[in-house]
Amino acid sequence: MNRRQAHEAAERRRALTIAAVSTGLVVAAIVLLVPLAPGWPAVRASFFDGAVFVQTFPTLLKAFLIDVMIFAWSVPLICALGLAVALARGARAPALFPLRIFGAVYVDIFRGVPVVLTIYLIGFGVPGLGLPRPWNSPYIWGTVALVLTYSAYIAEVLRSGIESIHASQRNAAICLGLNERDTMRYVILPQAVRRVVPANMNMLVALQKDVALLSFIGPVEILRQAGIYKSLLANFTPYVVAAVIFLAITVPATRYADHLLNKDRNARS
Amino acid sequence: MWMKVTGAALGAMMLAGAVAAQSCSDGKTLTEGKLTIATGNPAYYPWVIDDAPESGKGFEAAVAYALAEAMGFASEDVVWTRTSFDQAIQPGAKDFDLNMQQFSITEQRDKVVDFSAPYYTAPMAVLVRGGGDLSASLDALKQLRWGVVASTTALPMVTETIQPDASPLVYDDNANVVEAMKAGQVDAALFDLPTALYLSAVVLEGGQVLGQFAPDESANPDHFGALMTEGNPLKDCVDAALEALKSDGSLAAIEAEWLQQATGVPLIE
Repeated sequence: MNRRQAHEAAERRRALTIAAVSTGLVVAAIVLLVPLAPGWPAVRASFFDGAVFVQTFPTLLKAFLIDVMIFAWSVPLICALGLAVALARGARAPALFPLRIFGAVYVDIFRGVPVVLTIYLIGFGVPGLGLPRPWNSPYIWGTVALVLTYSAYIAEVLRSGIESIHASQRNAAICLGLNERDTMRYVILPQAVRRVVPANMNMLVALQKDVALLSFIGPVEILRQAGIYKSLLANFTPYVVAAVIFLAITVPATRYADHLLNKDRNARS
Repeated sequence: MWMKVTGAALGAMMLAGAVAAQSCSDGKTLTEGKLTIATGNPAYYPWVIDDAPESGKGFEAAVAYALAEAMGFASEDVVWTRTSFDQAIQPGAKDFDLNMQQFSITEQRDKVVDFSAPYYTAPMAVLVRGGGDLSASLDALKQLRWGVVASTTALPMVTETIQPDASPLVYDDNANVVEAMKAGQVDAALFDLPTALYLSAVVLEGGQVLGQFAPDESANPDHFGALMTEGNPLKDCVDAALEALKSDGSLAAIEAEWLQQATGVPLIE
């Protein structure tokens, strides 16, 4: 180890020590000071009741599977529709102008309207037109509402990715003799999609939480189940249980996404 | 002559009663000399008419003013505020002395907050839409698809007493349940009888109250009580005042005035 490396190692150790000490101080302050607050016993009884935690955990975990289910079948639909809308907005041929207009209006409407309204309107409104069972299921129309809203967001993210690819790439592809379609398929999209992966991961985490909004139109998923327990037991601990279950999924998922991104960046640089 | 004496004695007794009641609640309310009562936002018919509890119209508004009078408060000393269900049960200081919004008294809730003696015992009733061919038998009810409001005790009633074949759908409030019935997503809903009668008559087109469960027949009858913070010293005064209203028949008179249509609905065996 030369002098420079030794110096850098010492600097790193020093930074780590300071970080550890300051983190420790903050944690200790929270752990020691919060219980000193006069209302702490009441807050603990309302939010961190061990018996309620144990009692509600199994049912809440089962209810969480409904969230996972809705999420799982929504994501492919959202990606497909989002890509379609992004391509529609980017259509260059003059004859396809109506498609561009449609894409712009679609994104404006579904990004601008609150998700809850879309869920009510599609989830209650469409079945209210007189659909027979099982086609009026809140699961189907709730999913449709989520897909409509989130594909608008994803479409905008993808479009920004597509526009961020330098024009020289397109020109080079044309010089190689690729047609418009193949240029998009083999040159632009692979680069564009890779660039917007972090933004899209963000959208997926948000979607994961918004799935719970489907409970407004009936399905008893984890947040609704927690709400039911809350009113029966007059205790907010079930929401803490729900949060723990959510975090157990979303934290590893985001870390894994970060890891993939870093790997991809390192591989390319 | 003796009539005069009795009159004077009665007057003295009433005066003594008023003084005693006033002294009971002295220094126990949020604002000295005022009684702060919370209701829902919005408050529904027939509990509060036109969402205006200040008018004293509607069952709970009328009970509130009678209660205040029995506790020695003039009607102008009654202050109204609004809370949600969650605000009523959250830990910490509350901004009301009493909270009256059809809170069912349950053992678990009683651990977190205090309830007055019950001021109404609500039978549960089944609301259906266009149920001409339905019979009010438990077997027929089992085959229906049920919807209930999350924060009510109707949910345990459905899952434990009716035990339907399909798991019930759960909603935030009355309006959403009605909307789901219009969309054909649920066949039947369980409400307390006055609410069910109101929804069938005014809100849900083609709505019909199929039948009611006798309040004393269910294992856990739905008693409504005024909610107070845990350990509130005012509870004894409220209970004494309620007891007085019950024994002199004025509570029954209020019930007859505002909830009188509740008779004549068939019982579910």
